[in-house]
This record gives sequence, structure tokens and C-alpha cells, in this order.
Amino acid sequence: MQLQYFLILAALLFCIGIYGLITSRNAVRVLMSIELMLNAVNLNLMAFSNYLDPKDIKGQVFTVFVIAVAAAEAAVGLAIILTIYRNRDTVDMEQFNLLKW
Amino acid sequence: MTLAEGVQVVSFAVLALTMVGAALGVVLLSNIVYSAFLLGGVFISMAGLYLLLNADFVATAQVLIYVGAVNVLILFAIMLVNKRQDFVPIPQSWIRKGATGLVCVGLFALLSTMVLVTPWGLSSQVAAGDQSIITIGLHFFSDFLLPFELASVLLLMALIGAVILARREFIPEGAVSELKQPVLMLPERPRELVEASGREVSSPGSDRRS
Repeated sequence: MQLQYFLILAALLFCIGIYGLITSRNAVRVLMSIELMLNAVNLNLMAFSNYLDPKDIKGQVFTVFVIAVAAAEAAVGLAIILTIYRNRDTVDMEQFNLLKW
Repeated sequence: MTLAEGVQVVSFAVLALTMVGAALGVVLLSNIVYSAFLLGGVFISMAGLYLLLNADFVATAQVLIYVGAVNVLILFAIMLVNKRQDFVPIPQSWIRKGATGLVCVGLFALLSTMVLVTPWGLSSQVAAGDQSIITIGLHFFSDFLLPFELASVLLLMALIGAVILARREFIPEGAVSELKQPVLMLPERPRELVEASGREVSSPGSDRRS
């Protein structure tokens, strides 16, 4: 097993997340894409932690912090989506122009 | 290649294929409920990859937090905003998709080239393995103490903020009476007028009386 496999896999997952983040029109799917990207970052951190710093695993500590922040982000993001859905009666990202003009 | 390495390579391949396929399903499928369940598949495969990387505690935390909390939260959000609507097609949306796909493929090519070219300074120390949870605990309470406490404060803030944002009473009173949904009325019962505790109800009945 090599470090490069994990890094390339994380890069692939990150690119899939970016594609979903930009092209999807459902707001919940945008949040899911953000979770995918955060998972890719976590995989990077864990791979570096295992291959470059296996004794003093600081990458795993960072991963735990990222997981905590991702959980908080998911909760607040879904609450915001619920509020927008109540006010706008849609989850279409194309119609969320509240802060645009 | 010893037997252990072969098992590692095979399980890595299986987990990677599962994860990439599920991630593509999350992004590309049109039904969002399928996407949410496939997202759980992505999280579980990711936990398996963490196990391959000698991190049992983080793998457990991944399953507990992501699959148990975040994915269930997303499913609840899908149920709450489950509106069967077909999005209005925007003209030239294929340009957007094509450009995004191009950018993503380019970014992936760039990142993989960087990963393959860079000489990584691999360490030859023995991995922490079973000691990882002890080491993580030592880090949490010695040199990462401040971020650890800040994470708890952040979680508390997110909890209160999510509750306040999602509460229905937070909408001002005028906005609620404006969008009076017909869903909230009882459809079976004819809406005849009951003189509710002597208060005048503004309704067709009062017009008839006057």
C-alpha cells in the first residue's frame, strides 16, 4: 500500500464533490456535496498521518476536529435550508437570490 | 507481496470502487433519497479506508457521527422539504455542466500529477495502531486543549443556532398570516362559523349577519 493511492482517491472524491456542488440544483444535494469534499480532506489528513507521522498521530486529531466542524456545519446548513424553504417555498438553488442584487 | 499486503490491496480496491461509485451516485442520481442513502455508503467505505490506515478510533467516530448523525439529519431534511417539483430548465445548462466537468477533470489531473511527482518523505516508524486512542487523548488534553474546548463551544453555538433558525415562531407574525397555506386547514370538515368565546371572527358569516 502506498500513500499515493489514498491521495489520488481523495483527489477524485474532492473533484466529484466540486462537480456536485456547482451543478446540482437541489439545496440538500449541495450540502451532501460539501460533506463529500470534507470527507476527501479527512482522507488526505489520515493518509498523511499514517505515512508521514505514524508515531505522533496529529493528523487523526485534526480529522476529529474536522468531523466536529462538519457536524456543526451540517446542522446549521440544514436549518438554513429549512428556513429558506419555508419563506420561498422551493429548494431550487437558482431561485435563491436573496443576497444577490 | 505477502498475504497481508495482498489482502490490503484487495480491500483497498473494493472500498475505493464502492466509494467512488456511491459518490458518483450521490452527485448524478436524480432522486435525492437515493442520493442520501448512497451518501451513507460513502461514509461507511470511508470508515473502512480509515481502518486500512491504522486508525480505529477515527473510523468508529466516522461511523457514529457521519452515518449516525449527519446522514440521518440529511434524511430528515429531505423529508421536511420533500416537495415534488420539477425544476424549471434553464437554457444552456449543458454549458455549465460541461465547463464544470472540464474544470473538475483538470483539477484532478493537476492533483494526481502533483501527488505522483512529489517525493514524499515517508516515515519508517512503527504506526501507533492500538495505541492511537491513547495518543489522541494525550493530544487532546495537552497541546490541542484550546481547540478541543473551542470545538465544544462551536458545537453548542451550532446547536442553539440551528434550533433558533429552524423554529417556526421565528418568522414574524405578518409573514405567517400572509402565506396562509390551505394545507393547514382541515379539508373534511366544512368550515362553518363558531362564535369563539365572544370574539368577532372575520368570516363570510359575519358579513351575512350585518
